[in-house]
This record gives sequence, C-alpha cells and structure tokens, in this order.
Amino acid sequence: MRYSGLKVITQGLFGNKGWGAAWRSPEPKAEYDAVIIGGGGHGLSTAYYLAKNHGLTNIAVLEKGYIGSGNIGRNTTIVRANYYMPGNSEFYSHSLKLWEGLEAELNYNVMHSQRGQLVLCHSDGQRDTLARRGNAMLNQGDDAELWSRERVREEVPYLDFEQTRFPIYGGLMHWRGGTARHDAVAWGYARGADQRGVDLIQNCEVTGIDIENGVVKGVQTTRGPIRAKKVAMIAAGRSSQVAAMAGMRLPVESHVLQAFVTEGLKPIIDHVISFGMGHFYISQSDKGGLVFGGDIDFYASYAARGNLPMVEHVMEAGMTLMPMIGRAKVLRSWGGIMDMTPDGSPIIDKTHVEGLFVDAGWNYGGFKAVPASGWCMAHLMATGESHEVARRFRLDRFRTGHVMDEEGTGSQHNLH
Amino acid sequence: MKIPCPLCGARDRREFYYMGTDDYLLRPSDNATEAELDNHLFLRDNPAGKTQDLWYHETGCGSWMVVSRNTITHEVYGAELVMERKKEAR
Repeated sequence: MRYSGLKVITQGLFGNKGWGAAWRSPEPKAEYDAVIIGGGGHGLSTAYYLAKNHGLTNIAVLEKGYIGSGNIGRNTTIVRANYYMPGNSEFYSHSLKLWEGLEAELNYNVMHSQRGQLVLCHSDGQRDTLARRGNAMLNQGDDAELWSRERVREEVPYLDFEQTRFPIYGGLMHWRGGTARHDAVAWGYARGADQRGVDLIQNCEVTGIDIENGVVKGVQTTRGPIRAKKVAMIAAGRSSQVAAMAGMRLPVESHVLQAFVTEGLKPIIDHVISFGMGHFYISQSDKGGLVFGGDIDFYASYAARGNLPMVEHVMEAGMTLMPMIGRAKVLRSWGGIMDMTPDGSPIIDKTHVEGLFVDAGWNYGGFKAVPASGWCMAHLMATGESHEVARRFRLDRFRTGHVMDEEGTGSQHNLH
Repeated sequence: MKIPCPLCGARDRREFYYMGTDDYLLRPSDNATEAELDNHLFLRDNPAGKTQDLWYHETGCGSWMVVSRNTITHEVYGAELVMERKKEAR
C-alpha cells in the first residue's frame, strides 16, 4: 500500500480498518543469495539498497528480537554531517543527503526535522577548532556558520551566559543538522525492503556461521540452518559475539551510553545544542520531552542501563549550560550498547572469509549513518569494492596505521 | 557500582580510572610482529558476561588492579593488585 494524505483521510472516515501490515512475516527459506545478520537500522538499510540499487532481492534479514528492538530504537535521534577528517567527512555528507530525500524515497514519514545543530565553544582554542571544522564542512559542500557569542545569545538566550567557569565564546551552527523519528526509520526501511521482496525474519537468532575452506556457506539459526552465498554481520551492540562465530576478534569494546527524556513541555528548545565542555547535548522531541545525553559510562558493559555517576554528570552539565531546565522532571533513562573502536570511527569491510562482510564499530554515531552505511555496505556486498565514501572504514586500519581519530583522544576504546 | 580495592576496601566507582581488558598486561616482546601488536593493542574478545579488566585507584591509593566482574549484570566479583599478579607470573 502506498501511503498518502488521501489514504489517511479516507481511512480515518472508515474507522482505520483498511491498514494492512507494513511488512510480511515469512518463514525462512533454505537458501538465499545474501543473509544479513541483524535487523537494526543498518541491516535494514543494507537490505533495502541491495534490492533497490543492485537488484538483489533474494535476501533475508535475520533479527534475534523484533524489528526496531535494538539501538535503532534507543538512540537520541540526532542527524548531522559535521565531521572534520577526510574519510568521515564525505561519508556523513553522503548520509545527510540521503536523509534529505528519505521520506520521499521510502514513502514513509520519518519526521526528519532539520532544526539546526549548534555546537558551543568555551575558549579561544575551541573556537579555532570549530572554525577549522566549519571550513572542512564547507569544503565538503555542507553548511556551517561560525557564530559569535552575541549571535548565539540572540538565538538561544536561555543559556547561562553569566557563568565564569565555562563562558560561552560562540558556536558552530549546522543548519541542515537536526533529528528524526528513530523507530520510523527502521519501519520505513523494513517496509521498503519487504516491498522489494526481502524476507524479514524476526525472532531468529544466528547461532553459528558456516565456513568451508575459507568461504562462507550460510548460517545456523534458532529457526534452522540457512544457506547463503554472502553473509553480512551488522549486529552493533553484539558485533564481537557474532564475529567470534567466524573466528574473528574485532577492534571493538562494548560500552553503555545513557540517554534521558523529561516530561512533555511546550516548545522551548528549537535546535540540537551541544555543550562543548561537558559532553552534553539536548534537543526537544515533537512530543515535547527534552531528550538529552552525555558520555559513555567508561567501562565495558553489555547492560542496557547505566550507573548513577554518569547520570549525575549529565544532569550537572545540563544545569551548567541551561539552568532553566532544572525544574523539568526526568521521566525515563535508558542505555544502549555501543561498539567502541580504538579510533572512534566505524568499519564497513570484507573479512578474511570469502563472502563474509562486516559493518560494525559505530561508536555512538550510528543513527545518522543509517542511510549511508546501508548504501555503502550494499555497494560492497554487490560489487566487491568499497564505496568511495566508505573506503577508509577498513577493518585492518589499526594494524596498518591508517586510523581516523576524529577527536584525537588516543587509542583506548573508551576514550572516544 | 563499587570496586573492592585490595588496599582500601570497597570504594565508589568514581574513584577509579578505567583502562580496559587485562590483555594489556600481556605485553608482546620488542620483536613482536605487526599482527601481534594489533592483537595486543586493538583487537578484543569483548566478552558479554565474566570479564577481567584494569582499574586504577586514581583518587585513592594509586594502585593498578585487575577487577573480575560481569559486563551484563555489573556484578563485581573481586579485585587483585596488578603487582601481585606480576609476582605470580615471575
């Protein structure tokens, strides 16, 4: 069914009884051309673009839970292309362009809202860094504006401009940045892939990867064995466990990142705002809740919940930046499991096994990458060559020294 | 979460700096190959469940310790000074 305004009106008039399921629930076939392990945002978009761009439709996406049950439904929904380093910059630029056409592409309202993302600076050095980053973004063909303290004050007067500890020197505005409805992104890609013939198999956990003489032959699952010519491991949050089934150790350590949402409030925060000194960022959802978060909890964890020290830190940072939110009541907090890599950049690559591919290591930047990650992973799986905007996301870059440490914080997984 | 420092007793997690897996203690030799260094510095087993990792009692006694804990439940089983472990290894 194609969705439209007219459909909404006519369905509304007749009790909304005519909406069918958005995708089928097929039984797994014995064999596919390609199997994707992981039905999250990246897995679904990979399936979608394999079908759409490369005409490969005999594909299954295997999801151990239900579609949208992983990190695609647990993030803070920010979409941006404000990266500095070659390798990252062109990739996220490509992703943002895909975001801008995503609703028309998928015939699905993902509520993509380009409300602008403002990164603040609090010293001369930080301002210089933002200027350099802004220039890199402009050179990439994206947008950036370096704002003075006065300009920031004009736009967001409710920040604490009087404090002396972290004075606000200005900021970098990226108008095409913003947010999107995260569940809808999963559902839109799922529906689009399904319409092109992709089988979405839910409640199907992969328990083994069959490899013979260095060539992948298929997977073992809780719903029986499935043969496949190509297998993609796209299971961020559990990447290491999936890769271990193929005898691999990944450059990944798993960490928990917490997020918070308050009760619904009237519109007060128009943009996405990032505090430059406390790793705090905030936006307001369409329901009115303030959605905010901070840094990872710093120690390896697979618990989808965090600990109190980081809760306290995030609240302190929020109060330092904008004391006006102090009376908002926090409704919920939750944690998502991040694949942290030693340089903070992701992996889209082949493996040592023929026909086996890996898309992992998204740190805490996976959501905005969903369209381009699928686009590039599909390109790699279909053609055997890395897509030009993802050519530096190599699995072996740590061994060869071609790391992309965007934040320049060093080689420990938890420092990014 | 509290870390049972062998010298100071159970202390709040905030007093500690976290380094990562105790694989860091298995330092390759000076003649190690690129692959061995890659394996040591970057590649990880990254277990979901029981793990052993390195913590530094930054605002306490200044000891490095190997903490045994669970990455799924956040349960902490115990801690051993790195110094003691190195003595055992000798």
